[in-house]
Amino acid sequence: MSAPPQGLAAEPLEQLPGDLMMWVLIVSELLVFGAGLAAFLSVRLSDPAGFADAQDQLHRAAAGVNTLVLVTSGFFAARASRACLAGRPRQVRALLALAMALGGVFLLVKGLEYAEAIGAGLFLETHPFFTFYYLLTGFHAAHVLAGIVILSLVGWKASPQNLEVGTAFWHMVDLVWVILFPVIYLLR
Amino acid sequence: MKYQSQKIALAYIYVALALFTVQVLMGLVLGYIYVQPNFLSEVLPFNIVRMLHTNSLVVWLLTGFFGAAYFLIPEEAEREIHSPALAYIQLLILVVGTAGVVVTYLFNLFEGNFLLGKEGREFLEQPKWVKVGIVVAALIFLFNVTMTVLKGRKTAVANILLLGLWGLALLFLFAFYNPANLALDKQYWWYVIHLWVEGVWELIMASILAFLMLKLTGVDREVVEKWLYVIVATALFSGILGTGHHYYWIGLPGYWQWIGTIFSSLEVIPFFAMMSFAFVMVWKGRRNHPNKAALLWSLGCATLAFFGAGVWGFLHTLHPVNYYTHGTQITAAHGHLAFFGAYVALNLAMFTYMMPILKGRDPFNQVLNMASFWLMSGGMVFMTVTLTFAGTVQTHLQRVLGMNYMEVQDQLSIFFWMRFGSGLAVVLGVFLFLYAILVPGREVVKPGPVVRASTEPAQ
Repeated sequence: MSAPPQGLAAEPLEQLPGDLMMWVLIVSELLVFGAGLAAFLSVRLSDPAGFADAQDQLHRAAAGVNTLVLVTSGFFAARASRACLAGRPRQVRALLALAMALGGVFLLVKGLEYAEAIGAGLFLETHPFFTFYYLLTGFHAAHVLAGIVILSLVGWKASPQNLEVGTAFWHMVDLVWVILFPVIYLLR
Repeated sequence: MKYQSQKIALAYIYVALALFTVQVLMGLVLGYIYVQPNFLSEVLPFNIVRMLHTNSLVVWLLTGFFGAAYFLIPEEAEREIHSPALAYIQLLILVVGTAGVVVTYLFNLFEGNFLLGKEGREFLEQPKWVKVGIVVAALIFLFNVTMTVLKGRKTAVANILLLGLWGLALLFLFAFYNPANLALDKQYWWYVIHLWVEGVWELIMASILAFLMLKLTGVDREVVEKWLYVIVATALFSGILGTGHHYYWIGLPGYWQWIGTIFSSLEVIPFFAMMSFAFVMVWKGRRNHPNKAALLWSLGCATLAFFGAGVWGFLHTLHPVNYYTHGTQITAAHGHLAFFGAYVALNLAMFTYMMPILKGRDPFNQVLNMASFWLMSGGMVFMTVTLTFAGTVQTHLQRVLGMNYMEVQDQLSIFFWMRFGSGLAVVLGVFLFLYAILVPGREVVKPGPVVRASTEPAQ
């Protein structure tokens, strides 16, 4: 599916970096997370005080650190994509390894956060806030894990096209977190 | 017909059409029981007729899919079917199983028997021996077509069709697992029911539609395949977790309400994509294929599937809405147009395409076939709209005002009469279709003189 056939895609679609299928996936993911956040905000309207109290149980600093970790990881992934274009395979793998390691750090911090919340008796059904908290951040964490796998695959079969596909997914994971973080952790 | 073994499809088409006739006749009986509830109440109770109506639907659609696959696979793989004999044995098993089901439902000779008795799960009522037969038939089928594809040319259309058919067979295995806990029973039951019609069947639908578009419009395979991948990706992305929209009120955890609501809302996307796909291909197509009726059915399929499955599905898929509409006539409205649009029309499109080729005829006079499309589709759309109104009234009276069920049913009788009328139109449409497709036309209609619209302003 690399050679762009005439027909389906109008010109602008052909200029997308990476693969059209990755963009279909990215748009689908953004729709899901967008709908999830919209639902979260709507339910929040019915109980602002309860949501604020529930939010106070979260570890904001940990989530803030995680934001830095993930954005930095995205930076390394982007550098890897550039390095691949420049034809430096060793550098590509080193940068991808850094990006993946930071993804691992993100998951570790997230895991500690979950452990703390569960230790405090906060479960999916404790309060609507936590239903959304676990669903949205849980889905996101699953995508971080999937992203690490994808980055390892494109590192293994490194080509500029594959790197674009992999980093596009990784940036989507970044982007979703950057939106989830303020809405879930900070919004008062 | 390029390959001799494509002839197998013919036998499958005949069996499918016979069951289709049974299905719509049972539907008509049901429609009449709705307005005259004592009709046949001793001989043929409502629940039995309903079982026959839904089971024959599913079996004839499956038979049609198998037939379509036996026609499509040789052409895509560019070789004969691995073993035509196995294909006929498979059909025989399906026919015997179906006959067994009908006898079991009608006479209930083996009530409670582990192997022979009916199992009492909606849509999966078949006695266990029939379920085993279905699995054996599916295994024979998968062996046969997979061997053909493995030895032949591999195309995206054939691969996705195979993926859909493998998924269909594997998911059916959940029909054998029947936990005593009713919530768990329903949870696994949907693995068959939902993941079929809103999962793997969509792959089958997309690949058959893609095949028809390739043949009827002559658009490049590359373009068709790209659409196919997008459709399949969005179908699986939304459909798998969309299962959650069945988990709202059956005793599963509350978070399913949000998972189901969000993912199943996106199930409209693949149906929209399929509709866009069909129309864009026709607009772009350079080939002027003589089988206009097959094209009409294909476009009708994509359009009615979008409305029936996509729009009418979305209508009641959000859990705050479903809280009120669950199990009302809204569900019946959605069920009818979704099945008709997505899978009935798809099969009829494929039959219409295959028949002239299998019979070695010119595309004969297709006016009757096209008329049957409009009659059947018109009847079905009218039925859907009628039931939607009935469901809206029912939701308000029963769920909002709290009137009791039977009182509300009385209030709906006008809608049920209209539904019976539209059902009659559908049945007439089916007979017309059968006549059009089985009785050979004797004349080839020549197109009339071409009238070009004037681009000049009127004098």
